[in-house]
Amino acid sequence: MSETVTQVAAVEARGVDKVFETRSGQVQALDSIDLTVAAGEFVSLIGPSGCGKSTLMRLVADLDEPTGGTVAVFGKSAKQARLDQEYGIAFQSAGLLPWRTVAANVALPLELHGVASATRSSRVAELLEMVGLSDFADRYPDQLSGGMQQRVAIARSLAEQPRLLLMDEPFGALDEMTREKMQYDLVRISAETGAAVVFVTHSIPEAVFLSDRVVVMSPRPGRIREIVPMRLGADARRAERTEELREERAFFDMVTAVREALHGGSPVGAGPRGVETR
Amino acid sequence: MTDTADRVAPAEGGRVSRSGAPGLDTRGAPRRAARPAFGRGRRELVRWAWGLAGILAIVLVWEVYKLIGPANGVVIGDARVLPRTTDLAMPHVWDMIGRLAEPVTRSPSAQPLWTVVALAALTTLGIAAAGWLVGVVVGIGLALVMQRWRIAEWGLLPWIVLSQTVPLIAFAPVVKSWGSRVEIGAFEWQDWMSVALIASYLAFFPIAIGALKGLQSPDRIHEELMQTYAAGYWQTLVKLRFPAAVPYLLPALRLGAANAVIGAVVAEVSTGLQGGIGRILIQFAGQASGDPAKAWGPIFGAIVLGLVAAGSVALLGVILNNYRRTEEAA
Repeated sequence: MSETVTQVAAVEARGVDKVFETRSGQVQALDSIDLTVAAGEFVSLIGPSGCGKSTLMRLVADLDEPTGGTVAVFGKSAKQARLDQEYGIAFQSAGLLPWRTVAANVALPLELHGVASATRSSRVAELLEMVGLSDFADRYPDQLSGGMQQRVAIARSLAEQPRLLLMDEPFGALDEMTREKMQYDLVRISAETGAAVVFVTHSIPEAVFLSDRVVVMSPRPGRIREIVPMRLGADARRAERTEELREERAFFDMVTAVREALHGGSPVGAGPRGVETR
Repeated sequence: MTDTADRVAPAEGGRVSRSGAPGLDTRGAPRRAARPAFGRGRRELVRWAWGLAGILAIVLVWEVYKLIGPANGVVIGDARVLPRTTDLAMPHVWDMIGRLAEPVTRSPSAQPLWTVVALAALTTLGIAAAGWLVGVVVGIGLALVMQRWRIAEWGLLPWIVLSQTVPLIAFAPVVKSWGSRVEIGAFEWQDWMSVALIASYLAFFPIAIGALKGLQSPDRIHEELMQTYAAGYWQTLVKLRFPAAVPYLLPALRLGAANAVIGAVVAEVSTGLQGGIGRILIQFAGQASGDPAKAWGPIFGAIVLGLVAAGSVALLGVILNNYRRTEEAA
């Protein structure tokens, strides 16, 4: 799929500003953001609280509107992309409907868009298989652990085979072991589906492990400080990222590079090659 | 949100770290459904036993006070704080119950008291049910309008609250006289409709408030999710707002049912409608000096009526049980 659309970027943000009106005055959440996410690319947004990373994702999802600048998703306006269901989304909390079974939760977007019942159930079965929850199709969300609920949410976000996945700290509330397992699953799933991913996180190792590029942001006003390309997957395909990667030298070098970008120091070890500095 | 996840996380983490332990269900079997069935039955039994014990306690208090209390009641200053204990004021419990089985009057064709009470109660139940249905439609309708437009909420809610401060007795005759003038083609306003209308006036209030709260209850994340699915107002209403409102609606509907019964009984009394329990309540109370136990028949009838009305709505809750789950229960 990604071959046919490589020309059109999944996300293209140009000069995006976002100002929130609050009681104590205006807050500049984002300040002239330029970012391009290629089709099939995995990009993480990282930065301290208040740097606008979630806001940026919400603009792409058309849950908020930019004050200035443009956001294009597959060449369309963000709103049109939302209406056309170009993206799937997952939030920090799973946000499953408690009165629906696991299967019915995954089926919700398909149901809303009038997918025939037979197609729906086969698609749901496929998705649950992908996230390893086939045995839990008839359970209710309150019968699942947090990690399982989050996997259901990811299955739901993939229901309509979107070319773009937006994820806002989806593993933020999980314990470390579950989290690593979920990261591994996500790498596998995104490789299987070939979807582009915009992934908001505040964990450096998570961003490094998952991403093709890490966008480092700074707060007040939210700006892109640096875009750090990950060299881990340069020649290996994403699907080949394994648990061993976490123990490799290159992994730690990348973690260091991102950490230094976050703290505003000049990157050492990783070298300036390919690092965009804004 | 975070605290939910924090509570859940240890379960998953613990599972990983103890996965070698023998007999441990590593797939996280549901904790809720695992209760043995007999435990549930026994808890049900205990609940009924407590309910019965409550009734027995009331009977005991009644009879003990009747036995040891002064015949003229307990009087402090000029105020009688506890009632007289004569058979006229406080018949024995067994007399009241026994009276139910006896004929309503001395005429040889008279039916037993309980039949008369039951028939009257059924009539009132029918009227109250009609009033309740009108209350449901109006209450949910108002809630929908208020949920949709914030300005409607500001404009309507104070009036809805104010409406309940008007004393029922005051406008019941007005409704009746207005109703008697309504005549559209073959349709002619019946007296029972005035009573049902007044019942609905009491019923709609808790339903409107509960439904509004329920329709506004979906989490922001769920609303945004529907937005990302480009779901319209009606889709969001059907798939999200109504299901989410069920836990708020059920108690509101039950309260509405109890209110409809009270409204129907009071309206029967104040409009003088024949055939319902409100009428015999007044009628038998007037005969209490000669037949004190008889007046209690309709009172018991009214209590049972309220229980039946509230119980029917509780049945609705059983059917909609799955909508009462919450994500937090994980």
